[in-house]
Amino acid sequence: MDLTDTPEEQEFRARLREWLAIVLPTLPPKPSPDDWPGRRAHDLGWQRMLYDAGYAGLHWPADAGGRGATPTQHLIFLEETERAGAPYVGAGFVGLLHAGPTIAAEGTAGQRARWLPPILRGEEVWCQGFSEPDAGSDLAALRTRARRDGDDYVVNGSKIWTSHAEVADWCELLVRTDPAATKHRGITWLALPMDTPGVTVRPLRTLAGSAEFAEVFLDEVRVPVANRVGDENDGWRVTMVTLAFERGTAFVGEVVACRRVLGELAREARRTGRWDDPVLRRRLGRLNAEFRALWRLTQWNVSEAQASGRVPGVGGSVFKLRYSHARQELYDAAADVLGDAALDLDRPWVLDRLSSLSYTIAAGTSQIQHNIVAERILGLPKGR
Amino acid sequence: MRFHLSEDQRALRAGVRELLARRFNAEALRAAVERPGLDRALWRELGEAGFFALRLPEADGGVGLGLPEAVLVFEEAGRVLLPGPLIATHLAAGTVPGAAAGEAVVADVDGGLVEWLAEADVVRGGGTPLPRPEEAVPLRSVDPLTPLHRWTGAETWPCDPVGVLLTAAEQLGTATRACELAVQHARTREQFGQPIGAFQAIKHLCADMLVRAETARAAVYAAAVTADALDIAAARLLADEAALRSTRDCLQVHGGMGFTWESEVHLHLKRAWVRAERGGGVTESEECLAAELVD
Repeated sequence: MDLTDTPEEQEFRARLREWLAIVLPTLPPKPSPDDWPGRRAHDLGWQRMLYDAGYAGLHWPADAGGRGATPTQHLIFLEETERAGAPYVGAGFVGLLHAGPTIAAEGTAGQRARWLPPILRGEEVWCQGFSEPDAGSDLAALRTRARRDGDDYVVNGSKIWTSHAEVADWCELLVRTDPAATKHRGITWLALPMDTPGVTVRPLRTLAGSAEFAEVFLDEVRVPVANRVGDENDGWRVTMVTLAFERGTAFVGEVVACRRVLGELAREARRTGRWDDPVLRRRLGRLNAEFRALWRLTQWNVSEAQASGRVPGVGGSVFKLRYSHARQELYDAAADVLGDAALDLDRPWVLDRLSSLSYTIAAGTSQIQHNIVAERILGLPKGR
Repeated sequence: MRFHLSEDQRALRAGVRELLARRFNAEALRAAVERPGLDRALWRELGEAGFFALRLPEADGGVGLGLPEAVLVFEEAGRVLLPGPLIATHLAAGTVPGAAAGEAVVADVDGGLVEWLAEADVVRGGGTPLPRPEEAVPLRSVDPLTPLHRWTGAETWPCDPVGVLLTAAEQLGTATRACELAVQHARTREQFGQPIGAFQAIKHLCADMLVRAETARAAVYAAAVTADALDIAAARLLADEAALRSTRDCLQVHGGMGFTWESEVHLHLKRAWVRAERGGGVTESEECLAAELVD
């Protein structure tokens, strides 16, 4: 057991820190959450800077245009960029963490050459067309249909909770190509250009008041068969190849951010005198233990993944269950620190508190994660 | 960063697990409950296996290993509910003659309590001289395998962070065992025509047990690597939580059977309670982690 950086990791960290110190002051200010074109431009601009400096697709395999970095280097990258206050992956999330790795693993040479470089260079945005109004957590119950017509699939149906749909160039779309097959069979993975006729995007307002995601309606949308990744009716397996990424490493930078917020909360409490309350102090002390442990759990998962050569896998569900809950506790504690100011949307942490409510729902609800842990790790029987 | 266990560490864990399975299995645990008292032969065997001398330098007749190895060993001890003042004796190795070899049994005064006072050859406390043993009042201990005395006259032996960490390791072992026992039971016990583990209500209890144990494991192992006071405080909070809540959930999964003396579940729960009182208690750990935030 060793938590110190190897010489190579030390050098990687030092060079990254040096680079961040130089480039971050040159970044334009962050656009407002409702300014979608601004957010797209900002996030892609950051991705371009990463690309030019050789940090794009750090954890992608080298033959997919990435750096083939070790999981530990990826962890260092996420830790240092968050510490330095660098932008989040933002609009690049699906491309870099989901669609990209899926295409890298399952796509043809031509598909990789067409889709991967623009993701890495910060030129194209992807969104995820998985969830449907009547499916949700039961992802495999999706009903959006695609029928073959010559060299095209013709798609009808609708998707929901599609983040960045307003500004996406591509959508990784799951469609049902064989309605007669059992529900996990008969699904196909398609890359849909968002400007195809018949695609309509309707933004959805979240309880935090912003339009974070959208509904996407698909009416006789023609997608070339050449845009299919993997075999027809093999989309479920193609999807599962990469879902583990989403649960395994997506929240790494956020744990670092939560630890920073916790420190800010404590200092705010001391400023206002709330710190004299031992109940509040102990609550924040316990949260300190919690986020320290979550950071250690991240390091543990990454180290195990590196030793075994696999992605974090179902261990990511363990982390997500604990983290999503801890994040909500953090912002509830923030409300305690703020007192009645917690009712003022203009105060810091109040919008974050509202957003934190999505963490036990998005990317697989906590209830689904519990089932995954119980059935796939602990080996408990499936219910009837 | 190579946080995962090394080959040597895996081998050590397997060796300790094998020794304990042979020397202190479920039947031995039951027998120990029926016949209270410390098994001196087992104690010497633990000494020979290096249980107490683990961290002593080889030059001093020790095994020469570190805190991470000690944590792995005490986690195994926690898993099987090995009785005796293991940590006090381990901490005394190299200071108290005979402790390292398992010849002497050492008990520490911790707050107002002493575990295993009547069986101890040496009692350590912060005050000199130690108060007279007749001032110690025996309690009817909640844990049948941990005799307790209240000894309020004694000054508390200064709380050793290593002792806190090793207690956390024992709690981690208990949390892990509670999860295993619950899962085993949920897989085999049938109600309404199917294993109860097929019910989501049971599944989610079990999943939470694993999540608690794995989070605590990361915190405990990391604290063993850094030996940092704040990491140890965090490990303690996470491991206590995991042991206390998971033994309770384990009992719940066992239903009425879990409420009986015959099941071993109550022994795990009671030992977890005893350990949670050691080393200054939870409040102290929370306060020191809170203080760090405003430093």
